[in-house]
Amino acid sequence: MIELDAVRVAYRGRDVVAGVSLQVQRGERVALVGPNGAGKSTLLRAITGLAPLAGGHVRLGGDALDRLDRPAIARRVAVVPQAANLPFAMAVEEVVALGRLPHENAIRGARPSDRAAVAAAIERVGLGHLLGRDARELSLGERQLVLLALAVAQDAPALLLDEPTVHLDLRHQVSTMELLVDLDQRDGTTVVAVLHDLALAAWFFPRIAVLDRGRVVADGLPSAALSEDVIREVFGVDPALARIGTPPAAVAETMRATPAG
Amino acid sequence: MGTARAAVPIAADRARAEPLTGIRLDRRARRAVVGLVVVLALLLAAMVLGVGLGTVSLAPDQVLGILARRLLGLGVERTWSDATEAIVMDLRLPRVLSAAVVGLGLAVAGATFQGLLRNPLADPYVLGTASGAALGAAIAVLIPVRMVVLEFGLLHGLAFVGALTAVWVVYRLSRPSGPAPMTSLLLTGYAIGSLLAAGLAMAMYLSGANLRQIFFYLLGSLDGSAWVRLAVAAPIILGASGLILVRARALNGFLLGEEAAAHLGVDVRRERAVLLALASLATAAAVTVAGLIGFVGLVVPHVVRLAVGPNARLVLPLSALGGAALLVIADLGARMVGEIPVGVVTAILGAPFFLSLLRRVRSGYEL
Repeated sequence: MIELDAVRVAYRGRDVVAGVSLQVQRGERVALVGPNGAGKSTLLRAITGLAPLAGGHVRLGGDALDRLDRPAIARRVAVVPQAANLPFAMAVEEVVALGRLPHENAIRGARPSDRAAVAAAIERVGLGHLLGRDARELSLGERQLVLLALAVAQDAPALLLDEPTVHLDLRHQVSTMELLVDLDQRDGTTVVAVLHDLALAAWFFPRIAVLDRGRVVADGLPSAALSEDVIREVFGVDPALARIGTPPAAVAETMRATPAG
Repeated sequence: MGTARAAVPIAADRARAEPLTGIRLDRRARRAVVGLVVVLALLLAAMVLGVGLGTVSLAPDQVLGILARRLLGLGVERTWSDATEAIVMDLRLPRVLSAAVVGLGLAVAGATFQGLLRNPLADPYVLGTASGAALGAAIAVLIPVRMVVLEFGLLHGLAFVGALTAVWVVYRLSRPSGPAPMTSLLLTGYAIGSLLAAGLAMAMYLSGANLRQIFFYLLGSLDGSAWVRLAVAAPIILGASGLILVRARALNGFLLGEEAAAHLGVDVRRERAVLLALASLATAAAVTVAGLIGFVGLVVPHVVRLAVGPNARLVLPLSALGGAALLVIADLGARMVGEIPVGVVTAILGAPFFLSLLRRVRSGYEL
């Protein structure tokens, strides 16, 4: 689904992403972790073509990124940004409805199927109680969930998330993670999420890629990728602080099952 | 266990308690349709009044009769004089239609600039069109050459060229690929606007006896509207507005910012350039035929957003009709009190109305 081959991104002559090769299969769930400034967000921007490549290649769903136009990319990949601000008052459902833009006809606009997708996304993320509220009045966490619903409404086969849980309380962190698992397993959505919380990543993601100074330094099962050595060297903290747990075997089994279809 | 729990949406209990039928999208679309009908009726009524009222007042049935006969070719019995027909057809109708077209263009351009720059304070003049046009007009007044092509004088020509040149310079000098392209555009527009304003002040200082002519242009007026000018300006304004309307999708994408717009499938660079060009073209044509008329392009889109939300697909057509109706009414007001500049009337009508709307903040609307 997402193929990166020796991808380099440079800002002002400095390599922010310094040769990353990463293959994410359809229906996979990958957490990108790493210290601040490791290049995680830039890597996401490179996947969607917003960060100009200084080298390497990106392929989305088998096609070279530079051969896809913006609407085609938007139909393959939905992105949940960390935050967005709105210039005008806008009801929650109007923000979520923006997720249907890649599917809309330029002249006719939204069709009933688009409205249905918006309603389904709102229900799935559980924002029914926020309907009609001005999105600018919501808490940071609620706004983050609105952006998540927008991306769900976009209905793309791959979902990229940039720290989707930073502003969320513990319960919503967990329910957001469960939603990602559900999107992956029920709909076969490919999920790539930048996460800071290693425990959350290890619990809900069967594969973790660790980024450090623009390079992938570990990639694989949480237990392997987040070894004590990696945590000590990459994050510079005592591994005991990171408290990495793994889900009980039975839970892990169902969560890691490959989605049907 | 894991899957069963994962399938439960966040805050499922609360989401279920409140079914999704009350979703505002449909309500707003319905409200927009009602709004369109109301504003269209208002526009038509204002146009009939606008043609009928003036130094010589004509009965509405006469006005409708003349319009039916001359525009629709209906065999209405003639109960009016040749002079009456000439007033309607040669003076008032082109003026009312010019007001409608200019108001439409300014409101659509205002909605476009506000959406594109993500700035509620933006108006059609924000990127230098106004100061460019004003300087062009002032220079034309200083040049002792009189030429008229299709009823357009040197003043109109230089105003049009000045408006478009100013925007072009602003666009070229801004950094469209920098980290904050819209802020860069706004600041560049402000800087160039200030520079042009200095040039305008100089031109006014040098103009001596012709100062009044420049001044009159700066305040905006539809006096002197003529069929030929309308025939040139209307296709530009209506064409540009129509092309903006079919790009409503891109304008909606910009609501969440440029990066989000790109993620939603908008070719940001191209759409930004095209929308800026179209809105500037409509603005330039409007200021060329009517001078600098303020407030229409700022206020009308806001009033519309208050009613139907920021969806460009609803905001653009409603702003178009609303802007047309507002300027026809304002121009009628300007004529009724003895041919004062219409820009003064739009400000006098628009500012208090706008303020009262902002005080009645219904849906949390704020600037």
